[in-house]
Amino acid sequence: MTLIEPRIIKASSGYRGGRLVSRPPLFVWIPAILVLAAMIVPISYLVLRTIGAGTETFELIFKPRTFDILTRSLLLMGSVSIGSILIAVPIGWLTVKTDLPFRRIFSVITILPLVIPSYIGAFILVIFLSPKGILQGWLAPLGIDRLPEIYGFPGAFLTLTLLTYPYVLLPVRAALIKLDWSTYEASLTLGVTQIQTFIRITLPMLRPAIVTGTLLVALYALSDFGAVSILHYETFTWAIYIQYGNFAREVAAALSVVLIILAISLLYMESRTRGRAKYYNVSTGTHRRQKSIRLGIWRWPAVIFCISVVSFSFVMPVSILVYWVIRGISFSEQLTIPWSQLGNTLYVSGLAALVAVAAALPIAMLSIRYPGRISTLLERCSYIGFALPGIVVALSMVFFVIRYATPLYQTLPLLIFSYLILFLPAALSSINTSFLQVNPKLEEAARILGRSQLKAFGTITLPLLIPGLLAGASMVLLLTMKELPATLLLSPIGFKTLATSIWWATEDAFFTKAAVPALLLIIVSIIPMTFLVSLDQKRKGS
Amino acid sequence: MSSLKVKCTSLVKIFDSTTAVNRFSLELTKGQVLSLVGPSGCGKTTVLRLIAGLENPDTGTVEIAGKNMNGQHFFLPPEIRHVGMMFQDYALFPHMDVLKNIAYGLGRDSGRKDRLTEVMKLTGIEHLKTRMPYQLSGGEQQRVALARAIAPRPDVLLLDEPFSNLDEVLRSQIRQETKDILKKSNITTVFVTHSTEEAMEMGQTVAVMNQGVLEQVGSPETIFNSPVNEFVANFMGMANFLEATLSKKLLHTELGSLPAPRDLPNDTTLRVMIRPETLSIEPSDTGQGIIQQRIFRGAFCLFKLELVSGKTIHCLGPSTKKHSEGSRVAIKFKHGYAPWCFVRGRAHTQAES
Repeated sequence: MTLIEPRIIKASSGYRGGRLVSRPPLFVWIPAILVLAAMIVPISYLVLRTIGAGTETFELIFKPRTFDILTRSLLLMGSVSIGSILIAVPIGWLTVKTDLPFRRIFSVITILPLVIPSYIGAFILVIFLSPKGILQGWLAPLGIDRLPEIYGFPGAFLTLTLLTYPYVLLPVRAALIKLDWSTYEASLTLGVTQIQTFIRITLPMLRPAIVTGTLLVALYALSDFGAVSILHYETFTWAIYIQYGNFAREVAAALSVVLIILAISLLYMESRTRGRAKYYNVSTGTHRRQKSIRLGIWRWPAVIFCISVVSFSFVMPVSILVYWVIRGISFSEQLTIPWSQLGNTLYVSGLAALVAVAAALPIAMLSIRYPGRISTLLERCSYIGFALPGIVVALSMVFFVIRYATPLYQTLPLLIFSYLILFLPAALSSINTSFLQVNPKLEEAARILGRSQLKAFGTITLPLLIPGLLAGASMVLLLTMKELPATLLLSPIGFKTLATSIWWATEDAFFTKAAVPALLLIIVSIIPMTFLVSLDQKRKGS
Repeated sequence: MSSLKVKCTSLVKIFDSTTAVNRFSLELTKGQVLSLVGPSGCGKTTVLRLIAGLENPDTGTVEIAGKNMNGQHFFLPPEIRHVGMMFQDYALFPHMDVLKNIAYGLGRDSGRKDRLTEVMKLTGIEHLKTRMPYQLSGGEQQRVALARAIAPRPDVLLLDEPFSNLDEVLRSQIRQETKDILKKSNITTVFVTHSTEEAMEMGQTVAVMNQGVLEQVGSPETIFNSPVNEFVANFMGMANFLEATLSKKLLHTELGSLPAPRDLPNDTTLRVMIRPETLSIEPSDTGQGIIQQRIFRGAFCLFKLELVSGKTIHCLGPSTKKHSEGSRVAIKFKHGYAPWCFVRGRAHTQAES
């Protein structure tokens, strides 16, 4: 008989499920730290060097011009954020909670603007809405021979709002689907009207989702380079590009640091409102059937609202592109498919997807299987790339490489590496989501059955992670194909992608020349997008 | 004397300043089935994980089949300990069929096929071998998990609450099946549960844990009838405790006198444990108790009685209608009842003679 004197100890047990034995193995630690170190160094170099220049930098920053740029950036950011909420919240509610006609179709089409890069959206807006654009042609019989100017704020605001509202729509829709119907019914049984219930119950419950999505939109508006440049609205990103082009590199660096500070504070706000999250989760949210609110006579205005959003944000841009391509053919212009640009786009995007997934895997493993202060810190660091505008990352690469590794300047590895910095968070969040669904006990069971840590991971965890890895890869593929500023600054000389050829065509106002690559880019983007949506629905279905 | 299979010596495991396991020592011989029971959060699962090598003890050692598993400068990982473990949620590999799950721990030698057939026959799951885990019922999953754990013939089998995910009816059936399988394969087993009933049914030996500490190890009868302290007495079954005084070799309690065990000190903290089933009640106008509550349990009734002193005790009786709430009853000890006494909360054990 074994008897031990009872001692006073805390009643609650210390056993924590989910954690694996002992410390993370070297095959996890070392790659994770290497990846993160490589990611942090160039950006830190840019910031330190610029701040290190001291008074010179301050003189460059504190100018009336900088203040104008700041005002414009914040104005665009604020107005696009508000515009996105005003579009996304009604659409989310209509497609999830009501008997809106064609709501299944709407719930798919309303997220498709995500595949349209802002520079394509912007040049189509110019074609359509400029003073002598397509719309003016339609209105000419009514005696309207000139529309108001579209360049500048109005164009940038319209383009970005119509293309970024899905970032608010996705979390709002997810929240609405999860929303407990019984609270809504409880409110009705307490004698409160439907509209009052929406304001007092539904809206407050949606607030976290709205805040999350809106911060994403704000970040997007702040980082966007394509739309503001084409529409000549001088925010930070375009200003940085112009200064860089004029060989005023110190000014570009100084402006970048201000932009970094803005972006990081947005990211900080985002992390305060929500922990680590699925920034990129795509959901159409039609899986669970719930009782729908009857719209009655209001269904017609509701349908008209949805149709106009869908038309302006997706159907019209695509139709215009198709129309231009067809018109080009009918004018007996030779329709040449830019095979080499398409090939280059797929090649760099595919490489970036592979590299990003491979780099994200050890970081995901560390943060989920071995939670601790250091692994949390590493994961947080990897998310910084999410807040950094492409132009800033590209610029930091140029500075760093010119100083320390000149042979790498304008090479493919450097380009891929900047994609990694920009899109690692996208890969990471997909992989994290699917890692959380793998029971850590499975790996423990495998070890007890005689497999080493590496083998247990290879035979059990890795096969179960494949959907997550594919989702992460598709996400990176999608984002890389659309990426413009880093590709512009860092591509090897003569290396053209679909994105850069569209850009150079619009620079010269050769919109016809841009139509074919633009349509091609949208078509290839839809492939990974469809895969992501179907994967998401399968996950919910099972 | 059969060979020692598992030996835990003074294990301590602390998580963030919470002592989950405190100076835990235990020995198991070949083929022994030990039930480790205790309230939730008492550290019993941590003990299993320490034996399996899924946790490293802060101090203390684990020995399996005569070999040290950890020491000052080494710690053998789970994959070379040759233990089997069945998890509460079974942890079947969702991407492998039943056969692949069971074969996972087997080497690629010639005996593999025979062992697979043997184990599936033993557990009665031959017809399931091509199924995927999500196509199995709860009971089937349990059997597959057991088959997978015993297939490599581990030195010790660790079962972590293996029946808690089954419904009531299935549970008792699977419990018997599992007991038979363990017996047939003569496998040394540590079985963790929070159910005392399950612990006593499954284990030749029962070990009771509380707040990280091993309170008592013994046969189910010993643990139930002769608990070492009032915690074990209460945990293993309903127990009444009556204050007693000692005079002329008799214990005097509110319910009457009993022959006192030998060498019992006359102490003011003297208490007698009385299990509800050792009392009987008869209607009597001059009885010591009033029935406050009659709880019908089918085969019998549980009575909550208030004594003259105001103290409440529990007693089991036949489920006839003759005792109604509010009626007065006489309470007697059943014939041959030997009292189990506590002094300052700890059992008074008679000196062996």
